[in-house]
Amino acid sequence: MNHPEGGSGGLTQRAADAASEAPQHSKNEFMIVASARLLAGVRNCFVGVGLPNIVCNLAQRTVAPELQLVYESGVFGARPRRLPLSIGDPTLATGSTAVTSMFELFAFYLQAGLIDVAFLGGAQIDRYGNLNTTVIGDYARPKVRLPGSGGACEIAIHARKILVIMRQAQRSFVERLHFRTSPGHSGDPAHDRARGWSGSGPTNVVTDLATYGFDDETGEMTLATLHPGVSIDDVRESMGWEPRVSHDLVETPAPTDEELRLVREELDPQGMYTK
Amino acid sequence: MRDAVADLVRDGDTVAIEGFTHLICFAAGHEIIRQRKRDLTLARMTPDVIYDQMIGAGVARKLIFSWLGNPGVGSLHAVRRRVEDHDPAPLELEEYSHFGMVCRYVAGASNLPFFPIRSYFESDIPTVNPRIVPMTSPYEDGAEVYVVPPLRPDVTIVHAQRADEQGNAQIWGLLGCQKEAAFAADRVIVVVEELVDGDVIRRDPNRTVIPGIVVDAVVEEPFACHPSFTQGYYDRDNAFYLAWDTIAREQETLDAWLREWVHDLGSHRDYVEKWGTAHWMSLKPEPAMSGEVDYGTYA
Repeated sequence: MNHPEGGSGGLTQRAADAASEAPQHSKNEFMIVASARLLAGVRNCFVGVGLPNIVCNLAQRTVAPELQLVYESGVFGARPRRLPLSIGDPTLATGSTAVTSMFELFAFYLQAGLIDVAFLGGAQIDRYGNLNTTVIGDYARPKVRLPGSGGACEIAIHARKILVIMRQAQRSFVERLHFRTSPGHSGDPAHDRARGWSGSGPTNVVTDLATYGFDDETGEMTLATLHPGVSIDDVRESMGWEPRVSHDLVETPAPTDEELRLVREELDPQGMYTK
Repeated sequence: MRDAVADLVRDGDTVAIEGFTHLICFAAGHEIIRQRKRDLTLARMTPDVIYDQMIGAGVARKLIFSWLGNPGVGSLHAVRRRVEDHDPAPLELEEYSHFGMVCRYVAGASNLPFFPIRSYFESDIPTVNPRIVPMTSPYEDGAEVYVVPPLRPDVTIVHAQRADEQGNAQIWGLLGCQKEAAFAADRVIVVVEELVDGDVIRRDPNRTVIPGIVVDAVVEEPFACHPSFTQGYYDRDNAFYLAWDTIAREQETLDAWLREWVHDLGSHRDYVEKWGTAHWMSLKPEPAMSGEVDYGTYA
C-alpha cells in the first residue's frame, strides 16, 4: 500500500491516528495477538516457553480450533486448564491426547516431519533468521551464558515452518551472531533448497514493533507490517542492519476486543505474560 | 536415602538425576550436598534448580547438558558465576541439544557405540563440542547425519510414583528420559512416593517404566521432588522456582539457604516437616483418575 521509497510519513500519521483510537494494549499483547493469527488453520504446533504458550492457546480459541499443542516434554494434544509457567507443567499431561517419551517425541514426531509449525526465540537473530541462544561474547569465557539449544537446533531443521517471537533491539537484531545455535536461511536459496530438510526455515518474525516475512529469492527478513504508531525509522533504529521492506507494507491489524478479552480474562488473568 | 547415596555415589562419578521438569529428585541432590561429595560430573538434559544448588554447593567439576536454565523463570545464577566469572572455580561444560542428549542415553542403554541423528546441521554446536561428529550413511542415499556418543552414567537417580521392593518402578505423566537414563547407568537409585506390593505393579504392567533388574537401591521418600512435582501427588512449586532466582543471585544467600534447608537438616523428612503441612496441602491437586483397562485373565 505504501512504497517505502515514497516516504513513510503518510503511514506514520495514519498509524498514529489508529493508535489514538485503538483500545489500550501492551506490546506483549500485540505480539501475542499478531502471532496467534499466523496460526490460522494450522493442525499442530510445537509450543515453546513464555509467550508461545499463550499464543498457541489463543489461536486454539480463535483462528485454529483444531490446533494440537505439542510440547517437547513429550505431550501431544495438550489441553491445559491453566497457563503453565514451564513447558513441563502437570496440567499439560492431564487430559492430553498422548504422553510420549522424549525420544519418541523428537524422533517419531519432530524428526519424521510431522510438526507443522514451531515457535523459536533467542537472544540474537540475524537477517536470515539464524538464532543464538547459547552465549553473548566468546564461547569459552562468555559475557553472558545463555541456556543453549534445548530442542531448538533440531526444531529449526525439522518443523515445517518456524515462527519467531522476539522483542526488537540493536543488541538482539544483529548483523553478526555471537553463536549460531539454530540454523535459519543461509542467504543462498539454491543451497537452502538442496538441504533436504523437512523444515523450510523461519517464515515469520513478530516483534514489539513490527512483523516480518522472509524473501523467497534471498531468504532475507523483510518488513511486512508496522504496529500502529511505529515508523520505519523506529524499526531501523532498533536493528543492526538496514531492513529490506516489503512493497506492500501495511499496518498490523490491531487486536480485537474479543482477542484482548480472551488474553486478559481467560488465558493470563494475572498478567504474567502480557505486562 | 542416606545409605543409598553413601553406598552408590562416589567422588568423581558421573551422576545423572533425570526427570524433565517432572520427577526431579531434589531430595537425592540435597543428600549428595549433605554428604559433601566432590568432583562429580553432573549430567542432565535440563540442569534446572537442582544442579544450580549442587553446583553452588561445590559438588561438581563438570556439567553435561542440553538446556541450562530455571524453566519459565530465567537463569541459573550459580552455574553462570562458574562459567562467566570462574567464581569460585571454572566449570567444564559439554553441551548438546535435547535430541542429542536423549540419543546419548539411548545409545548408552542399548550398548551402541554411537547414535545418528539429523540435527546440528549448520549450527555452531559441533564446533564447540568435538564429540558431535558428522557421518555419511553407508547405504544408498548417503545421507549426512551427526552422531553422538553413548552416555553411561556411573549412577542414575530417578524418581517414580511407585515401585515394589525389587525396584520395579511405575511412572505416569511426563516421562522425560527416565527409562533411557536408568538403563544406560552402571548403578541406579529409584526413589518413590510409595513403596507398594508387587501385586500392585503386576496389575498394570504397561505402566512399569524401569524394571527392578537394573535397580540397585529403592528409597521411599514422599515429596522427594519438591519444588519439582510428582503427577497426581503434588504440584510444581512455581513460587519456589521464582524465589530461587533471588536466592541464587549472590553466593552468600545461596550458602545461607543451603545451610538452613540442607546442611542443618538431617534428612528429607526434616525438610518436609520444616515446610509444614499447610504448604503440602496447598500443592495437592484434585484427583483425575484414569479409566481402567481390562487385561483379561488367561488361566
